[in-house]
Amino acid sequence: MDKLLTILNDDARLSNAQIAAMLGTTEDDVAAKIAKLEADGILRGYKAVVDWDRTDRDYVTAIIELRVTPKRDRGFEELAETIMRFDEVENVYLMSGGYDFSIVVRGRTFQEIAMFVARRLATLDSVVSTTTHFVLRRYKERDVQFLGEQKDERGAF
Amino acid sequence: MDYTTLLNPELTALPPSGIRRFFDLASEVEDVISLTIGEPDFSTPWHISQRGIETLEKGKTWYSPNAGFTQLRESTAKYLKRRFSLDYDPKTEVMITVGGSEAIDNAFRAVIQPGDEVLIPSPCFVCYAPLAKLAGGVPVSLVTKEEDEFRLTPEALKAAITDKTKLLVLPFPNNPTGAVMRREHLEQIADVLRGTNILVLSDEIYGELTYGGTPHVSIASLPDMWERTILVSGFSKAFAMTGWRLGYACAPAPILKQMLKLHQYAIMCAPTTAQYAAIEALDNGEEDVRHMCAEYDKRRRLIVDELRRMGLSCFEPEGAFYVFPCIASTGLSSEEFCECLLREKQVAVVPGTAFGECGEGFVRISYCYSVSHICEALKRMREFIEELKK
Repeated sequence: MDKLLTILNDDARLSNAQIAAMLGTTEDDVAAKIAKLEADGILRGYKAVVDWDRTDRDYVTAIIELRVTPKRDRGFEELAETIMRFDEVENVYLMSGGYDFSIVVRGRTFQEIAMFVARRLATLDSVVSTTTHFVLRRYKERDVQFLGEQKDERGAF
Repeated sequence: MDYTTLLNPELTALPPSGIRRFFDLASEVEDVISLTIGEPDFSTPWHISQRGIETLEKGKTWYSPNAGFTQLRESTAKYLKRRFSLDYDPKTEVMITVGGSEAIDNAFRAVIQPGDEVLIPSPCFVCYAPLAKLAGGVPVSLVTKEEDEFRLTPEALKAAITDKTKLLVLPFPNNPTGAVMRREHLEQIADVLRGTNILVLSDEIYGELTYGGTPHVSIASLPDMWERTILVSGFSKAFAMTGWRLGYACAPAPILKQMLKLHQYAIMCAPTTAQYAAIEALDNGEEDVRHMCAEYDKRRRLIVDELRRMGLSCFEPEGAFYVFPCIASTGLSSEEFCECLLREKQVAVVPGTAFGECGEGFVRISYCYSVSHICEALKRMREFIEELKK
């Protein structure tokens, strides 16, 4: 299962036949394993890694540090659930260290994100403070490098 | 000046490497997608490079002892014991060289006398026959066949032995076929060699890269074989350290002593930065090797499966990082196949004939490339083969 997940994590667009060849098993076996991983909630989705900076889309992201006061009976969960519901929010992590939540928020402009933080996040009950860090440039995401084309510098000898 | 009369005719008579010729051809084609390269696509694991960098920063840029740093020779001996159950005394039986290539050249020159026959299983890497010739030897090709899974058979060996036979080259895991010699096959070769005076040059540069659960076995670990074996290997393939140019030779002390003399006069010592890095590779690089090997294995399976789906007969390689499919069914020769594929689909693979005449009917495909690169190349190759059928 681990090997299958690693392969999908590297490239989820490979066909079941290709994955079966790589693992030395059958296409049906791969299909069944993937179905099980999906049913078990281990495989959560298949998404593209996009370099939006090379497109016309206005796309800005920011990492927001959030300090909060956890609710007595439900800890951090309730707040996390509230935050997750916003479409602007890409990632929500509970953190160790100097603050509690790290949230990745996307928008069209810096202003849009700033307003989202001020109006939606800062105003939530139990949020004590927010710190917004705008992403200026993306070099690498999900193992994929966004810098210029990677040239193969090897020769054949 | 008339250089033809000045140059060594033995050398001028040698053809340049056939891989090189094809690579030059490929480099003239635009947007070519290549499966020709015989070195890892991985960079050297960073902790290994870092060790080299640290020693440069500290100004450790001097020669090492001729045979290589003691610590590296000790680490090499320990590694060979751990991985392949081989016993070599780091003081007198291990020498660090400039890649496996120097070790091969050196071994030939150390043992070959004029007229000595050198048995070379073929298809094989391009260097053995030319180097054996330059050392004064007579290369004798032992053709390995697809139906024998490209292994050297005891029958072929026996048939080739004469009273002039000095040395048997054992290049396994094999470039270009990907063939391996398992213990039982080596036992059969050992049976033929026992009682003879024939030496063995065992080129185990791909020894870490075997697939399918059977680890590499060195002929030197078999009874009565250590005494006659010169083991050559290196860091290039296993640790993705090709550009560092570092290898080693291990042999019984009386042989190694002479090899060391040659190395001392011709080379002085292997690059010292690379030697420091190699200590780190041997002591702490095992996990990197396993990781890279697992990656190659996935690609190997993918390529073999896809080539077979195209209708090509493809022996399943168990070592190195090449597949060697038979393209005879297309009606084209190896050279024609590669040139047409390059021209029509901009995919470069190496004709089997670059590795000896007996490579006719085959091509070598390297899987030192990312899965997406391999998939694109195979897609084009499939189109090419389907268009040929029309």
